[in-house]
Amino acid sequence: MPSNDERWLDAEAGPVVRPYALTQGRTRHTGESFDLVATVRATRSFTDPAALAPEHISVLQLARMPTTVADIASDVDLPLGVVRIILADLRELGLVAIGTPIVMAERIDKHTLREVLNGLRGL
Amino acid sequence: MDYGASDPAAGNVVRSTQYRAIKILLAGGFGVGKTTLVGAVSEIRPLRTEEPLTEGSLRTDSTTGVEGKTTTTVAMDFGRISLRSDLVLYLFGTPGQQRFWFMWDELAIGALGAVVLADTRRLADSFPAIDYFERRAIPFIVALNCFDGARRYDTEDVRLALDLDPGMPIVLCDARSKESAKHVLITLVEHVLVTAPEEQVSGIA
Repeated sequence: MPSNDERWLDAEAGPVVRPYALTQGRTRHTGESFDLVATVRATRSFTDPAALAPEHISVLQLARMPTTVADIASDVDLPLGVVRIILADLRELGLVAIGTPIVMAERIDKHTLREVLNGLRGL
Repeated sequence: MDYGASDPAAGNVVRSTQYRAIKILLAGGFGVGKTTLVGAVSEIRPLRTEEPLTEGSLRTDSTTGVEGKTTTTVAMDFGRISLRSDLVLYLFGTPGQQRFWFMWDELAIGALGAVVLADTRRLADSFPAIDYFERRAIPFIVALNCFDGARRYDTEDVRLALDLDPGMPIVLCDARSKESAKHVLITLVEHVLVTAPEEQVSGIA
């Protein structure tokens, strides 16, 4: 059935592409799962940008300094699920390391809690 | 494709410092002031998810009329407070309704604790969030956002209405005020510290 949507199916379709089109329709990432605030960092320089999609390159650039999954998703303005898949792709290629954050421990230790408390009081 | 072409000598290897990211959750009904509170105390940033609906969330989600919808977009309030260069607090505010619990399941893992933001005019909106944290033994406090013109209730009346334990902190706050929002977070951390089992001290040299 023809619909008005069809007129968008041209080179200008960029903004209306569903986010998961960037991941070739995948909604689950590969490998071990990681937390929203897991630390991400680039492990080595990557000199062949043509081999990666622009979104993968953006994510990789953001990870040159240690950052978190949530920070990256916010910076690239893509849904978290999409960013997760991109990060897992980059991890598979050996381009980023995704850490297990300290918060994955059962509970945060008292020493850290006191540090947080002092930090908040000093704001 | 050859991805191994980068030159290791080119550097850019980022040294791993122990970066500690601490999660605090902020729950509450629609329009209760979550975004305002996160914005008052932190650098608020956009964060959205487009999550595939799991079977679990399909069961609880009242998707009447939108059958066939398999992903849901959730905009989260996301705030970042750098306490030190290696210690950063992340605030995540998402709607407290049951249909968003699939989001909470992930957010709650390893979180320091939670703040349930409530409006005394619509206390029932905070029931699902309170239930959620109680059932999973996630430490939380209740913050009453004192809207202009809203009748001030005694916190003990609210405690009765919400059926909260005597030791559970309930604080009055003005979500627009940085000092007030800070006080809410400090109250939460103090509560977690007091209720944390002693054995956690082991391991700290």
